[in-house]
Amino acid sequence: MPSKPLPQPTPETKPYWEGAAAGELRIQRCRSCRHHYFYPRRGCPHCGSTDVEWTAASGRARLHTYVINHRPAPGFEDDAPYAIAVVELEEGPRMMSNIVGIENSPESLVLDMPLEVAFESREDMSIPVFRPAPYSSEKP
Amino acid sequence: MRAQIAIVGAAETDTVGVIPDKSELELHTEAARNALGDAGIDLKAVDGVAAAGQSPITVAYNLGITPSYIDFTAVGGCSFLLHVRHAAAAIAQGLCEVVLVTHGQSGRSRVGAPPRSRDRSSPQGQFEAPYGVTGPPTMFPIGVLRYMHRYGLTHEQLASVAVVQRQWASRNARAMMRDLITVEDVLASPLIAYPMHLLECCLVTDGGGALVLTSAERARDMDLKKPPVYVLGTGEAAEAPLVSMMADFTSSKAFEVASRLAFEEARLGPADVDHLMIYDAFAHLPIYGLEDMGFVPRGEAGPFVAEGNTAPGAGLPMNTNGGGLSYTHTGMYGMFLVQESVRQLRGEAAAQVPGVEVSVALGVGGMFMSAGALVLGTEAAAGS
Repeated sequence: MPSKPLPQPTPETKPYWEGAAAGELRIQRCRSCRHHYFYPRRGCPHCGSTDVEWTAASGRARLHTYVINHRPAPGFEDDAPYAIAVVELEEGPRMMSNIVGIENSPESLVLDMPLEVAFESREDMSIPVFRPAPYSSEKP
Repeated sequence: MRAQIAIVGAAETDTVGVIPDKSELELHTEAARNALGDAGIDLKAVDGVAAAGQSPITVAYNLGITPSYIDFTAVGGCSFLLHVRHAAAAIAQGLCEVVLVTHGQSGRSRVGAPPRSRDRSSPQGQFEAPYGVTGPPTMFPIGVLRYMHRYGLTHEQLASVAVVQRQWASRNARAMMRDLITVEDVLASPLIAYPMHLLECCLVTDGGGALVLTSAERARDMDLKKPPVYVLGTGEAAEAPLVSMMADFTSSKAFEVASRLAFEEARLGPADVDHLMIYDAFAHLPIYGLEDMGFVPRGEAGPFVAEGNTAPGAGLPMNTNGGGLSYTHTGMYGMFLVQESVRQLRGEAAAQVPGVEVSVALGVGGMFMSAGALVLGTEAAAGS
């Protein structure tokens, strides 16, 4: 069976993938306008400043939207049908991810449900995914 | 620039659908010859060439043209609407006189088609591909559940987009899918990527189309076979290269900006539009487009379509060729939007709407990545 696709980091995204390998979801924050942003790049998309820093995100997120794919990508045959989701991090940015630890069905996957980051090992890399979180907090 | 430029030739490839015996390049050049024949213009008059997918240089060379204006804007399925916009500006500035815009794509048969590349270091390769995206069905509709959650759009209303467009396709002999369908048929078709069923996803076909543009002034001096179609307003815009980075999953920023620019230049609004084409790679696109262009208030496009307002005989005829869902979808479908707008304005469409003076085409590129909008009109609309 083919294996799941692996990302190939660039110099700009390396800290993100190194963070994932260390079990940490690292995103960038602008020192000038204080916004967090994703995906990694050298300048802030909110204000244009290049005075940005890496920070560990809380890992808490909410399920923003998704599809459930019935035609699996190579490597995902055993997972199908599986959700391809967009989650909204507590810090604000959104990212694509998979949802683990819960049946990937329309009934189980409720929009805005609380999630927390988990990491899936794939060869020598670690891919951030999300699972249902036990905590609850006010919707942002 | 309003009405200074005209489309004087427009044609598709001899057939659309399944064309296993022609390469992608040949589809470009066949469409080009057909469009020049439609205009009654000699190849030698063409001094500008625009194309996407295949290089305009190759297209020009294959035809025997030495272009002095070249546009290789390739931003997905709406590229050709941007080509029209750029050509209008270039002609108005005197950079060129007669521009040929070509599309050809062997989307289904993959004859002479470039391989699809997968770059693992691109933003998509790093931040989407690892999560098992395959093709557009796993990405383009990712915001639909958010839209449903926010506005109460039902699965039945979404399905009605495909149902209504099939009504149009049933009137078009060139359409690939012509048998009438019901909401129940759509919802009973296989799930491709929930909430999208097979019949809510576009076709995958072969085909092409081309346009010939020149100044309105020159068009008046030409011995044209058919009335010119005037470019009243144009717009283009881009949002994010990754669908997961959309600012708002219930609306396309690129749709909004591109259509606003086109309407402003045309000095027209949705109420002035007789005929509408919105790129329907999936059933939710016309819903987003109707709202982003201002035809209906936010959240009301689903009921609007389900109640039949875009169907044959209704007030806002939309996607009258049958659309990407039922007519054809080569991959970069935008060219076919413009072809149908031109046919409706000339009064020669298969499912002709009576009295079309103003037609609007809204194209998308990538997964809500980019957009192009054209407001086109007849001589009467251009003069008003």
